Amino acid sequence: MHNNSITQLAEGLRAGDFSSVELTRHYLQRINQLDEGLNSFITITEEQALAQAEAADKKLTAGEGGVLTGIPIAHKDIFCTQGVRTSCGSRMLDNFISPYDATVVERLSDAGVVMLGKTNMDEFAMGSSNETSFYGPVRNPWNLDKVPGGSSGGSAAAVAARLCAAATGTDTGGSIRQPAALCGITGIKPTYGRVSRYGMIAFASSLDQAGPMAASAEDAALMLQAMAGFDQRDSTSMQQPLPDYSATLNESLQGLKVGLPKEYFDEGLDAGVRQSVEQAIEVYTALGAEVREITLPNTGLAVATYYVVAPAECSSNLSRFDGVRGGYRCDNPVDLEDLYKRSRSEGFGEEVKLRILIGAYVLSAGYYDAYYLKAQKLRHLISDDFKQAFEDVDVIMGPASPTTAFGVGEKSDDPVSMYLSDVYTIATNMAGLPGMSIPCAPVGGLPVGLQIIGNYFDEARLLNVAHQFQQQTQWHQQLPEGV
Amino acid sequence: MQWETVIGLEIHTQLATSSKIFSGAATVFGAEPNTQACLVDLGMPGVLPVLNREAVRLAVMFGTAIGAEIRRRSVFDRKNYFYPDLPKGYQISQLEFPIVGPGEVEIILEDGERRIIGVTRAHLEEDAGKSLHEDFHGMTGIDLNRAGTPLLEIVSEPDMRSAVEAVIYAKKIHQIVRYLGVSDGNMQEGSFRCDANVSVRPLGQEELGTRAELKNINSFRFLERAINYEVERQIELIEEGGRVVQETRLYDSDKDETRSMRSKEEANDYRYFPDPDLLPVELDDAFIEDAVADLPEMPDVRRARFEADFGLSQQDAATLTGSRELADYFETAATIGGDTRLSVNWVMGELSAALNKAGLDIASSPVSAGQFGGLIKRMADNTISGKIAKEVFEAMWSGDGSADEIIDARGLKQITDSGAIEAIVDEVIANSPQQVENYRQADAEKQPKMLGFFVGQVMKASKGKANPQQVNELLREKLSG
Amino acid sequence: MSFDQSEVEKIAHLARLAVSDDEAQHLTADLSRILDLVAVMEKVDTSGVEAMAHPLHMTQRLRTDEVTETDQRDQNQKIAPATEAGLYLVPRVIE
Repeated sequence: MHNNSITQLAEGLRAGDFSSVELTRHYLQRINQLDEGLNSFITITEEQALAQAEAADKKLTAGEGGVLTGIPIAHKDIFCTQGVRTSCGSRMLDNFISPYDATVVERLSDAGVVMLGKTNMDEFAMGSSNETSFYGPVRNPWNLDKVPGGSSGGSAAAVAARLCAAATGTDTGGSIRQPAALCGITGIKPTYGRVSRYGMIAFASSLDQAGPMAASAEDAALMLQAMAGFDQRDSTSMQQPLPDYSATLNESLQGLKVGLPKEYFDEGLDAGVRQSVEQAIEVYTALGAEVREITLPNTGLAVATYYVVAPAECSSNLSRFDGVRGGYRCDNPVDLEDLYKRSRSEGFGEEVKLRILIGAYVLSAGYYDAYYLKAQKLRHLISDDFKQAFEDVDVIMGPASPTTAFGVGEKSDDPVSMYLSDVYTIATNMAGLPGMSIPCAPVGGLPVGLQIIGNYFDEARLLNVAHQFQQQTQWHQQLPEGV
Repeated sequence: MQWETVIGLEIHTQLATSSKIFSGAATVFGAEPNTQACLVDLGMPGVLPVLNREAVRLAVMFGTAIGAEIRRRSVFDRKNYFYPDLPKGYQISQLEFPIVGPGEVEIILEDGERRIIGVTRAHLEEDAGKSLHEDFHGMTGIDLNRAGTPLLEIVSEPDMRSAVEAVIYAKKIHQIVRYLGVSDGNMQEGSFRCDANVSVRPLGQEELGTRAELKNINSFRFLERAINYEVERQIELIEEGGRVVQETRLYDSDKDETRSMRSKEEANDYRYFPDPDLLPVELDDAFIEDAVADLPEMPDVRRARFEADFGLSQQDAATLTGSRELADYFETAATIGGDTRLSVNWVMGELSAALNKAGLDIASSPVSAGQFGGLIKRMADNTISGKIAKEVFEAMWSGDGSADEIIDARGLKQITDSGAIEAIVDEVIANSPQQVENYRQADAEKQPKMLGFFVGQVMKASKGKANPQQVNELLREKLSG
Repeated sequence: MSFDQSEVEKIAHLARLAVSDDEAQHLTADLSRILDLVAVMEKVDTSGVEAMAHPLHMTQRLRTDEVTETDQRDQNQKIAPATEAGLYLVPRVIE
């Protein structure tokens, strides 16, 4: 059952080949069997899942519900789920039972999905390897010595190992696309403002965006359909018509103008990954796309700019964790300062503390102009690069990550080398553009992701472009050994 | 040395909205702790702010009323600091691009001098919660009901030169926000709070002295006292060779002194930056026109109009325009009553006294302005005398009906029929031969005083209804005969 | 650019993080490396470039002034570490 697409599962449910309860039990059993080595789940919500599955079955029997009714999925543990622990991968929220549902969770529930549990992630989404989680690192299903990428590493690994039909993720600097690439699945980060951020624990509010992680573009389209759309509880949510993402998947790519930024194929790119991406682009040429080289001249500034903007926002966003209204509180605080300092120091992990400090520094008196304001200006330049590029091309393609999955522990002592693994994904977050990663030919038994970047609110085109590739190739259907 | 005091005020006024500035929680004062603090107010993980239109509208009304620039584009920033009554660890405020730009208000000093006080800016922000220091086993309790209540912070230029001036300015702003209905201005409930920036400098010096910021002032009386104490402290300090440090000082009304706030002494670095959860606020013409459409006549304009239209003195006009409710009351009563002088005297006299005695404000007067006007009218057209009017007013206050109803029901209509009055006068004269004799033999200058006896007798006999003027005239005539 | 340890301690205090001497050393090194990474920004001339705080050119939507929330204190305080009489408790605040 777990090798079926969501559409096939939906058909099976409707045909009565299996019930949602059976399907849910099947996935729960797989989690039970396979997740011990992967550690992709923080919380498994078996009871709720079976209750949701039963409710879904009733609807299905009554001929009600939609394509997602009864489909078991998992949520990244950054989304608030009412009555269920929402840890954000942190000791700080290890005891946090959310009093409410995130909009994304609510919308998917309304669409009838079954929540199997909450997936592991880098603490507060800060990381590119899933090693900063309080709940231990997630392993890559393709090679347990390798990282799955991050921060949505749990969701990526769970989908890659088919422990759920699809999962939610969030992407602040590449946190959907990079783990999707490293785990060989399909992930899309929509345009900023496309999916509500309400109930998604904020890392960097002007960059964060939620999106689906799935086995294929076809499945991702179904998930995004349910997740996206205007939400009055989020001031940054865009009031834009929501297209039918599945309807345009099969449109022809004849004449599609593809831009390849030369900066994305520089010396930092692994030779094997380059080859794989170039092969993928040949598939598009064969599909009738016109490929040309373009330039995004400020690409080299993206990582630097990001590591000012994102920490600045996170240092402020994470100030609410003070041990007063919920979350971790240190034992026997002697005074207010002790309560704050010990609760926060004991509750947050190293990487989070490091980023809070960078953020507090770049905003502090005397440094604001040189760092924060400067970065906001560079953000404009980076954004303008894309604006310019999209005057000539429909989509931009390149690698999602400079290398395949690296070893667990390999970069964990060196924050800067870790940060550089997001070199190709960060700029789209700075600009707020939609980006996607789909699997192309593996290198050395490890998956490689082709990144496709689109213009604002052009998710339908990205999904169409990805789907057409997946009609020509089988990379997205390949499964890790033992899965 | 001669010292000059320089004062600027930062006034925080709570805006009269039903819900909070960024959430749908209620803003009612006095609710049980934390029952009006929703997920957004509590700063729960994942929640987001959405701006209340009414808060923006009220800010625009205030800005327009003081002739200030209304910024077509304003930006919300985060002011970062840790405090238990600040759930998110930052306050959403406006730093660089406030919604209201420079404006000014005119104040009238005690000696009648008019002075313009510059308003630097006014910006929207969210209020914090409250810390309750009663003993909870040595702990402090935090109530976040107030967190997220919309505030308009009105920042003045350092244009005031004495505590009295500062109070006059603060009262002026208080009057304006209440006139506009932008805030209830209730100082006991904390809807109107003043912080004062106070410094001193040698008279004639251009450069400003180092200032201290005085906080925790919740009445106009304390504002005056706190500034006076602080000015004295600074002068003494400097004259003894010390230096004023820039700091926040708390006013302690029990001890009547200001003291340094140790907890906030450390150099604050608020790390302001634009709030990424909120977008720039852009106001179009339609929004501003709509906000300004219900702008009432402002107190200064109304005062001038009262002076011109009703011929009131500056003093009376100022008193009667003190609040919008009082001015409305007076204007309605005077219009219906048709006699300005009587209206002024009776609103400021009988009515004010009764309200004071009952501890009521004008808005909750049991006698409406319309009813009160009806009473004035009956005095003006001589239906009743002033004395009877007091009786009628008391009956109206007790809810016995309109002036006319009471006059009719109790037969209080004044006797103006000269024949009827003459009959009573004749009877009184006939019954008091001794007094008549005394009167006729008295010196001319003593006679008016002695006339009182006869007037009293006539009024008594007429049950107070005889027209006093006619009674006086007739008595004088007949007694002299 | 390099950091010195006292600077780290100052920022740590602003962010209300307790930092031991050991940690401070380690953090000083990490922060210095990150600032080196970020230093590339300095070389770019950004005069005349507008700061960009949001990815999209949107303006703030305004909410109708309506009370939409009801009292959820009991539920909200279930997850609080210390409450009494409906209040959140913290070590005594001295003003």
